[in-house]
Amino acid sequence: MPVLWLLTLLLALALVGYVLARRRALASAGGNTRNLHSLPSYYGSNAALFVLVPSLLVLALWLVLQPILIGASVRGDIPPEIVSDGSSFGLVMSDVRRLADGLDAAVGQGAMSAEEARATEVNFDDVRAVLGSVGVALGSAVDTNVLRLAQSYRAISATFDMVRTVIVLGLAIAGFLYAYSRTNADFRARNTVERAILAILIVAASIAILTTVGIVLSLIFNTIEFFQLYPASEFFFSTVWSPSFGGGSELGMLPLLWGTLYISLVALLVAVPIGLLSAIYLSEYAGPAVRAFAKPLLELLAGIPTIVYGLFALLTVGPFLVSFFGQDGHLGVNWMGGGTAVMTAGLVMGIMLIPFVSSLSDDIINAVPQSMRDGSFGLGATRSETIKQVVLPAALPGIVGAILLAASRAIGETMIVVLGAGAAARLSLNPFEAMTTVTAKIVSQLTGDSDFASPEALVAFSLGMTLFVITLGLNVFALYIVRKYREQYE
Amino acid sequence: MTGKKSSLLELDARTKKRNAAEKRFQYFGIGAVTVGLLFLIVLLTTIVSNGTRAFTQTFVTFELVLDTAEIEAAEASFVKTSKYRDIITAQLAAKVEELGFETELTSADDLKQIFSSGAAGTLREYVLANPESIGTTEVFKFRTSSRVDGYSKGRVTRESLARDKNLAPAALDLVDQMQEAGLVDRSFNWTFITGSDASESRPEQAGIGVSMIGSFFMMLVVLVFALPIGVAASIYLEEFAPKNRLTDIIEVNISNLAAVPSIVFGILGLAVFIQFAHLPQSAPLVGGLVLTLMTLPTIIISTRASLKSVPPSIREAALGVGASKMQTVFHHVLPLAMPGILTGTIIGLAQALGETAPLLLIGMVGFIASNYPEGVASGFLDPNSAMPAQIFEWAKRADPAYYERAWGGIIVLLGFLMTMNMIAILMRRRFERRW
Repeated sequence: MPVLWLLTLLLALALVGYVLARRRALASAGGNTRNLHSLPSYYGSNAALFVLVPSLLVLALWLVLQPILIGASVRGDIPPEIVSDGSSFGLVMSDVRRLADGLDAAVGQGAMSAEEARATEVNFDDVRAVLGSVGVALGSAVDTNVLRLAQSYRAISATFDMVRTVIVLGLAIAGFLYAYSRTNADFRARNTVERAILAILIVAASIAILTTVGIVLSLIFNTIEFFQLYPASEFFFSTVWSPSFGGGSELGMLPLLWGTLYISLVALLVAVPIGLLSAIYLSEYAGPAVRAFAKPLLELLAGIPTIVYGLFALLTVGPFLVSFFGQDGHLGVNWMGGGTAVMTAGLVMGIMLIPFVSSLSDDIINAVPQSMRDGSFGLGATRSETIKQVVLPAALPGIVGAILLAASRAIGETMIVVLGAGAAARLSLNPFEAMTTVTAKIVSQLTGDSDFASPEALVAFSLGMTLFVITLGLNVFALYIVRKYREQYE
Repeated sequence: MTGKKSSLLELDARTKKRNAAEKRFQYFGIGAVTVGLLFLIVLLTTIVSNGTRAFTQTFVTFELVLDTAEIEAAEASFVKTSKYRDIITAQLAAKVEELGFETELTSADDLKQIFSSGAAGTLREYVLANPESIGTTEVFKFRTSSRVDGYSKGRVTRESLARDKNLAPAALDLVDQMQEAGLVDRSFNWTFITGSDASESRPEQAGIGVSMIGSFFMMLVVLVFALPIGVAASIYLEEFAPKNRLTDIIEVNISNLAAVPSIVFGILGLAVFIQFAHLPQSAPLVGGLVLTLMTLPTIIISTRASLKSVPPSIREAALGVGASKMQTVFHHVLPLAMPGILTGTIIGLAQALGETAPLLLIGMVGFIASNYPEGVASGFLDPNSAMPAQIFEWAKRADPAYYERAWGGIIVLLGFLMTMNMIAILMRRRFERRW
């Protein structure tokens, strides 16, 4: 039975269970809800939970395990001679699976009868033509062995499917019977149901942890695989980045890291002065009207998707900078070869980070107690002296935290550098030259038709790992500083 | 009193210096705010001035005689659309001669480059859909090629055509005369909003409609997963969680996840959903799942804030009349926090809608999103693009006509984002309660 049908059936069973258990609870209390321990709906929900939870858990587990078990059992049948010629068990298996799925599709669409699909003595060209007609393209020739394997694959899956249906439905019915038998006026249905709901809430809360675990595991496993193919010392310390998919790539991370840090530096040089000064002005000088007008407008910059900034860098800022610093530019210097450069990406990223720096610093400056300002004014200091000598030093740790958070944003930013920074990995000091970053290379190594098992693709995972570790470190450190600072004045 | 006399009314040099420094500092502040706002203005004007052109398209409008014999011959031919194109160009050539335009392009073959390659298809579709029109004369509006379109929008000039093999500069003289005669005009380009992506050489036919549908299905996935999971997690952390080590870990985790670069979520999606779980590549379902994981922290943080803002007296009153803790939360606290939760969710969705980087890694770029999904299941599982991914794809094609479309796509995207944020703000205004 297909999974969708099974799910529908389970839901129907749960509904029936709900109605029956509710009725039984009411009957056991003589129709008077006051004699029940819980509200009648809780008895119904209790039965529905007993129908659904065990059966769904088993079903989920089954769906994960079935392909693995069938794969293992069919794999044992693969004769070694058909694997020999430059192929692998995995490839043969995927052929088998594709053929089996194709046969299923053909039977499903009526292009082939179930007996035909089971028969071993078929014309192979025929099989290919029929499968082609239902939209399953096969490789050149269908091997007898592969066909036989596909058929045994289908037979095993059919058995598995039947056993699955029986077990899942059996569990559901057993669950219902158990819940139904326990349903009486004294049964504490609400407590059971609430415990189940609490369990669901806990599971939802742990998804955050699961995500982190997922990130870390997927990075670590692939990174380990990469380091088995490529020496770690070369990755971390080589200054040459030249991947070539034919093999013999040099995958040194340093030029990428340098590009990342350089662009982030330019971005921070733009964002920090502007962001910090606007935050100071808006929180210390501006009247309520100016504040109400300028603050949301500045924050609008933070709501614009990064792809917009990327396009802005590529099509507007890049050509604009070239018209000044490029060949035949207004300044008469030939510093810039093309529109994509560290400067382009850094400038635009700086614009993106302005609201980030300004709103964080705004919060922090506002958290400095008014009494400190009043004390300074009382001593005769002007506003700017108060800000420079009292407010800013008091807010400094928080502002450093904000800048670090902005730096972590800049390091992890992708779209602006993919479009605005260029693709050449180089170690250079000239900010008008194209350079590339860790994020841009993750994108370029993982898009395209590369084989996931090659070092050229796997390097993206170790780059991702590097990125994750750096940004995580920056975040943890920054949050620690900010939190510590906040506590100081609370 | 010894020393120099001084007066409070007369500023001494030091005070003047200090006052000047004060003014200077204030100007720095004003300058910074102005520069920030200036950047915003420049960004928005760039988008609007470059993008609005994508919403119009140049068309050639003229009467076409649908000759029965010609159409039958075209249908019988092996290369049907090319025959249809010949019908169009031959009649335009006749028209050009009749109106007495001066041009070097006299042959029907030369006129071909004025039209979009889709013009013949438009004609054939019309004829097949309306067989009764064969033998009559109808007014047709044919899409021009992207070069002619660019000329009418000022993007293409005679100089730039000198190196371009797609359109002879002489054709522009003809287009000028046709424009004067009212044969060529620009009108609103619905195809851009509803259409599908086109191959690299046919920018005039590309539209953002299909990727809009992809984005829509992705947002549906995000909504279905992120909202319940986010709310459930927040309820647990805010109302039930005991103060212990595990809760602390979860909390630190969530605040860190909110700051993980989005591309790392893309790597996670690639490794877990595609490599491990074998979900289909480029599918909106996978994109939606990745974006769900990315927006969960945002939703959890805002939901917790709105749960926190429900006053404890509500909880105490409910507990006081005998509700269980669970009933208190679900019957009283949650409904009161709902406006805040929904506002946070919409803002999280808007963030997810504009996100591009993770989508690149799960394969939502690099192909032409040319087919509308054939139903709900196909909408979730068949390869599709998403609006920001489509914009990125256009930005990569080195053709100014596609740049124009990328800017236009940004206007559409920003339109959606603005609407969502507006709804969030209005909801907050309308339903927010201060206790």
